[in-house]
Amino acid sequence: MYGGGYIYDKSSPAEQHQDDPAKLAEFEAKIDRGEKIEPHDWMPRDYRKQLIRMIEQHAHSEIIGALPEGTWITRAPGFRRKLALMAKVQDEVGHGQLLYNAAETLGKPREEMINDLLSGKSKYSNVFNYPAKTWGDTAVIAWLIDAAAIVNQVTNSKGSYGPYCRALERICQEESFHLKYGHDTVVYLATGTPTQRAMVQEALTRWWPPIMHFFGPPDKVSVHTEKLMRWKVKLASNDDMRQQFLNMYVPKIWELGLTLPDPNLRKNDETGQWEYTEPDWDEFFRVINGEGPCNAERLAVRNAAEENGRWVRRALMKPVGQYTQPLC
Amino acid sequence: MPIISLDPRVTRLEIPEEQGLEPIQPNEYFETYEVFHQAKSGDKHIHVGSVHAPSAEMAFLFAKEQYGRRSKSYNIWIVRSSDITSIMSEDADIFATAPEKTYREAGGYKVREKINAFRKQHGSTQQSS
Repeated sequence: MYGGGYIYDKSSPAEQHQDDPAKLAEFEAKIDRGEKIEPHDWMPRDYRKQLIRMIEQHAHSEIIGALPEGTWITRAPGFRRKLALMAKVQDEVGHGQLLYNAAETLGKPREEMINDLLSGKSKYSNVFNYPAKTWGDTAVIAWLIDAAAIVNQVTNSKGSYGPYCRALERICQEESFHLKYGHDTVVYLATGTPTQRAMVQEALTRWWPPIMHFFGPPDKVSVHTEKLMRWKVKLASNDDMRQQFLNMYVPKIWELGLTLPDPNLRKNDETGQWEYTEPDWDEFFRVINGEGPCNAERLAVRNAAEENGRWVRRALMKPVGQYTQPLC
Repeated sequence: MPIISLDPRVTRLEIPEEQGLEPIQPNEYFETYEVFHQAKSGDKHIHVGSVHAPSAEMAFLFAKEQYGRRSKSYNIWIVRSSDITSIMSEDADIFATAPEKTYREAGGYKVREKINAFRKQHGSTQQSS
């Protein structure tokens, strides 16, 4: 369900000149022609590094993102909603598997990626460091966080790396179910009793700042991404994706009579652009760096799961097993 | 201090915040298997992705969950990734052989013009024409 707000490496200038210029030119020409790069193709070091980092963050986000929603499975109101939520959470974990595979084709074994998640070295989407306080929160997550993720993932699926595009294509198909399910759940509450309406309104108010953070810092402060754009690693700027999301979903929120906690939010009819109050970016960076309400819990729960499953894996492990990268 | 969560099940686990977990060892997540999915009888098996598993049987179970839980499925093939032979992209020129291969294609054989010319010259052999 994740996208957006990736943390790219600031690559050193020295690194950029290590690549063979002839091969680099051939590689860039291939991307300009709209062809995909496959695991066994030559690629610049920095392309490989940034892609591993980005796909790995995406995979971790799917796994950690299953936690806030997963806690509501036992408390889902009714059997059909329980089934749907279980299916959605299982999809998210499955997306994590698809994405780890895609990242592995670039040469980082899965064990290393999970170790980096467990130790806190790798990042995952900031939104999952916030709690899902009520059933209303799960509705808002399933609708709007997944909607934001789709905006990002549909964009990224036009990228240059073949295995990532193939994984995203499958992911986007499944996300369309999540989006419909989420919308249905929000509409049910928003058109229900005053208590139900209040529940979904409170959840929406709580989640609006993390949703505005979702696509990452505004273009004017985010790190240099021109090279990543040329290599089709990044395909749209953070602000462009945020605009696209606002344009698609704010009207759908307003038509339910729900309100958003930003008095400046409006579409400028002359420019066609949405105007809004910048969310608190200091908070965004504080939460990324571990200060969010749920960072500690998310990592502790994931570490405990790893530890509790370890004896099973050890029992099944074959001493002669050898690691092979997935093929594509 | 153990983790206190909104989810009572998490709180009950009394997970310490720092667990000092020993890192996962290389190969602890098993070997890699490629998955080929057949949607219905008569269809081709299509490569859909890969899974990590300790055996082909376990790989099959994971693949069934991962690639067969939603859409129509009839069969799945599991192949150990290391058993697959392929080439590096830089060797893709091995496929560049003769520049012109119409001799391998149906469209490379055009006889109608010759037949028409022959008939014009010799007339038809059919009595009744």
